[in-house]
Amino acid sequence: MRHQLRLQVGPVAFRIGSEWARPIAQLRRLYAGYPEPEGACDFTVRLEAETPWWRFVRPSVAIRGDYVLPDAAPLPLVLGLLAAEMGMNLQMALGQRRFLLLHAGAVERDGRALLLTGESGAGKSTLSALLGERGWRFMGDEFALLDLDDGRLHPFPRAVSLKNEAAELFAGMAPDRFGPVLEGTPKGRIRHLRPNAAAIAAMAEPAVPALILFPRFGAGLAAAVRPVGAAELFMRLTQASTNYVALGPRGFDSLLRLCRDTPAKAIDYASSEEAVALVEQLWEAGR
Amino acid sequence: MSAVALQLTRLLSNPPTAPEVKDWTAILSCARAESLAGTLAFRLQGQPLPVEVERLMEDARRASLTVHTEALWEAEMARRALAPFAIPVILLKGTAYAAAGLDAAQGRSIGDLDILVPRTALPKVEQALLAGGWEWVKEDAYDDAYYRQWMHELPPLIHRARDKMIDVHHTILPLTARPTPDAQALIADSIPLEGGLRILAPADMVIHAAAHLFADGDLAGGLRNLWDIDRLLRQFAAADAGFWQALHARAKRHTLLPAVHRAGRLANDLYGTPVPESWRVWDSADPLFKARLLARDGWGRATRRALRFGFYVRSHALRMPLPMLARHLWTKARR
Repeated sequence: MRHQLRLQVGPVAFRIGSEWARPIAQLRRLYAGYPEPEGACDFTVRLEAETPWWRFVRPSVAIRGDYVLPDAAPLPLVLGLLAAEMGMNLQMALGQRRFLLLHAGAVERDGRALLLTGESGAGKSTLSALLGERGWRFMGDEFALLDLDDGRLHPFPRAVSLKNEAAELFAGMAPDRFGPVLEGTPKGRIRHLRPNAAAIAAMAEPAVPALILFPRFGAGLAAAVRPVGAAELFMRLTQASTNYVALGPRGFDSLLRLCRDTPAKAIDYASSEEAVALVEQLWEAGR
Repeated sequence: MSAVALQLTRLLSNPPTAPEVKDWTAILSCARAESLAGTLAFRLQGQPLPVEVERLMEDARRASLTVHTEALWEAEMARRALAPFAIPVILLKGTAYAAAGLDAAQGRSIGDLDILVPRTALPKVEQALLAGGWEWVKEDAYDDAYYRQWMHELPPLIHRARDKMIDVHHTILPLTARPTPDAQALIADSIPLEGGLRILAPADMVIHAAAHLFADGDLAGGLRNLWDIDRLLRQFAAADAGFWQALHARAKRHTLLPAVHRAGRLANDLYGTPVPESWRVWDSADPLFKARLLARDGWGRATRRALRFGFYVRSHALRMPLPMLARHLWTKARR
């Protein structure tokens, strides 16, 4: 395609092609410092006009690639960067077969990983990014990759997608780490943040899962910690996985191992400070 | 014509050419778009590959095995639903190849379950499937009536718990098509598998694949379907010295000799399939078919828009006479 970029994120290599220059230029800036894949790419993402003639009327970006959702709605061209990000997520969600994919944020300390999962909007993305700036190594805010053979967690440190007010929590970060402000996306206002240099440098280093948390954010919620039993944990994680069914028995075995070996808790919090304190407390208690 | 698609066909038929590949990403995207990634992965097994390519091929082989397990399970579910009637239930296409352990099955993508049953049994089959948890995909009165009057299959059904589609055929081409396959002969000569399901006889299996590719539809996914034909021809011809003659006679009976000959010529051209010398004649339309089959680039994009559109128009012309087509399109456009 006319414009393209090859990008290595953790163990996964992407090739992103675009009919327009701008989304690729924005990606290049956002992912500055990421290694270029040495060989073949795992997945190809294509940003192309919905139909060839329509591009002159109202340019909109269709998200296509090796794997496609037949009824995915196109995005306006100004959201081209978001289209590329969604395209990469789509390839992972539909095509990834080497790892069990968990919809979760992850951070690491001392070779041990903390998983943050739960429903969309629970705060896992913001919280994992925040911990990544406070003494933890950021491993990812969207997908956690569980190794099917040894049960370790592989980093997938893509740019963090900060929604609406969440960007304010990161006001002190170097300005060059931020992508453009994307207004009017299906999830409101989005701004991407490049993970810090330490996270990028360690993107090839897996970690052993040590704790799973289900955060729940609510302005009026009292801080609370609840236990999550192994059976509930298993069921919730099958729902958090995009490829659990497609992996067959191997997916079942590796998820079972994760649930048996890893303690899990649900936490409620009303502010990010409260959440960080709760996480530190639970992490210390589990050592 | 796409160099990448052509290189893909060469890799499939001649895996030792793997070291010549410069851009594996392009091959992979092309193979995925043509539903040939699993097939390619099995074909390249044992070839010297870059380490990351070998890993991707291993992923694709594993994914394919899971898909086959699911496909065979789906066939078993249909068998159980239809067991009370003691009618022949014949597996078609990918599921048939997998159930019979044919070479064509290796790495093959399998989507829907396709079965063939006697036309007289359709009402019973439909009732049994509905009772067994399948439901209609589209609830449109015109489409429904159209399927029942003119098509070779029931409107598609989907299982509500397993989310898998089933296509119930009573013959192998739409009733409006010019060739008139002998559905009773297909059923009468079908072969039982262990467990109670059946598959088509070898010649009929090839004829069905050729009819599907060249006498119906717009050649979407054609490289994969032509690969099926290559594998079937090689395997059946190797097992039976009289196969080519039997195929010829049978294709004639189903009035599908032109489609079968074209399948043989193009499989020979693209995959090096050994076909009888007398089959290898020049045909003025073959280059168009070949170009359409290879209309895919290294980004997985459909190329040759005009040619594709031409074949799309042809698929409708094959399916129905012009006045009927006009009425059909008018009805579709008005709703």
